[in-house]
Amino acid sequence: MIDWQASISILQAQGVLVYLLRGVVFTLVISVCAVLVSLCIGAVLALVRNYCTGRTRVLKWLSTAYIELFRNTPLLFWIFICLVFCPVPQFLAHRMLGLTSVEVRILFRAFVALVLFESSIMAEIVRGGLNSVAPGQFEAGHSQGFSTVQIMRYIVLPQAFRAVVPTLLSQVISTIKDSSYLANVAVIELMSRVRQILATSNVYNGAGTQLVSDVFVLFGLAFVIYFVLNFALSCVVRSIQKRKPRQAARPAAARS
Amino acid sequence: MEELLSAEAWGKVWTYRDTFLMGFGNTLQTAVLGLLLALALGLVFGLLATSGKKPLVFLARVYVEFFQNTPIVLQMCFLYYVLAFSGVKVSIILTGVVSLGIYTGAYMAEVVRAGIQAVPKGQFEAAASQGFGYVEAMYYIIFPQSLKIILPPMVNQAVNLFKNTSCLYIVGGADLISLTYSFVTGATTGGAYAPAYVVCGALFFVVCFPLSTLASTWENNLKRRDSRGPEAKKLEEAGVS
Repeated sequence: MIDWQASISILQAQGVLVYLLRGVVFTLVISVCAVLVSLCIGAVLALVRNYCTGRTRVLKWLSTAYIELFRNTPLLFWIFICLVFCPVPQFLAHRMLGLTSVEVRILFRAFVALVLFESSIMAEIVRGGLNSVAPGQFEAGHSQGFSTVQIMRYIVLPQAFRAVVPTLLSQVISTIKDSSYLANVAVIELMSRVRQILATSNVYNGAGTQLVSDVFVLFGLAFVIYFVLNFALSCVVRSIQKRKPRQAARPAAARS
Repeated sequence: MEELLSAEAWGKVWTYRDTFLMGFGNTLQTAVLGLLLALALGLVFGLLATSGKKPLVFLARVYVEFFQNTPIVLQMCFLYYVLAFSGVKVSIILTGVVSLGIYTGAYMAEVVRAGIQAVPKGQFEAAASQGFGYVEAMYYIIFPQSLKIILPPMVNQAVNLFKNTSCLYIVGGADLISLTYSFVTGATTGGAYAPAYVVCGALFFVVCFPLSTLASTWENNLKRRDSRGPEAKKLEEAGVS
């Protein structure tokens, strides 16, 4: 049942490591792209939810409904829905990046689901940042003759984004973890590739049967890769958070 | 999308309503048992993290960092395959409860740690000077004060736990998402995509929405109270305002 040497030999088999590393690249690219796109959508949603009052309050209700709907249902649910209902643009419907055309289509749909889901979370993060900007900033801006758009562009958004940088980076960690949900529908990123190799581990380990140690070696490798990526990010988050009080103290000192 | 308005498709969902109820029941059961495990683990490791003894703090740190920085899907798959390949027969629900409990426990531990550390150090010293032991001090003095900081994020974690039961799908689970998926793709039941997903989504929403709304209003109220300064807070706590 346990034969470490045989299990480790899986990783030395022709092409296995490259196959897994390509999975890591896919995981990273999918997560980073998803974060960037959903940050843009989320920022718009947050602005609409916070500042569309009066005649445009229908937009505010829509954005609130969107955020609450996606925040309170699981990602996998949206992946399944997008697999059925999401249209795929024509230029994506062929083989590329070492994936078959079917896989590319699934990847696009799952990516859309990931973006839809993450944007609701991004919206709440950005909203937290917007709410942390003191109301006096708006009044000060208006008194200096700034228009509302200018206040947003030059005064509020820079402060809001600076306030939420650590949370945004933590959300990158969550997105890397969430991207493993794609393993449910296609063999593209790291998690699914590890599972794929494990499913046929008897071919690679030379023992003829599947061993418990295969699970430990293959999943252990995946644990290490995910951990190194995410732990490095979380260390960055912590160092930013530690630096913060000094930054906050500076303007106060300058004022006196 | 046309099925959304088709009476036949809705009729099919109604005929097989037991499938959805069973899935919902399984999801709920997994989430509740997982939550109990997560609370227990969170409490233990949260206390370890604030114990001030280096090895214990380190142990708690390792637990939290490892489980927070790797995906729950991977953890659950790992547990499932290790058990399956060693020939141990365990129900899917139990696999889910254990892996979700351990994963959420790491988040609960951070919540508990933050809550305890938010209590001023003087409170610990005052308790010690009055002859309180560790357990008594925690139970009578520290916990009542940190509870209001701990509870809102804890509710959020419970919501996440409920949503994460969908991970069970990858190990062939019996939760709401898995059963909905096998319903819409099944040979005899297949087809009624839109109504089935509406029902499934609605069941998740009715559980998660009230909880997450409760957590965020609660948190906002606390923040507003704290930002009003110590004088107003004292008055409010005395019941004056």
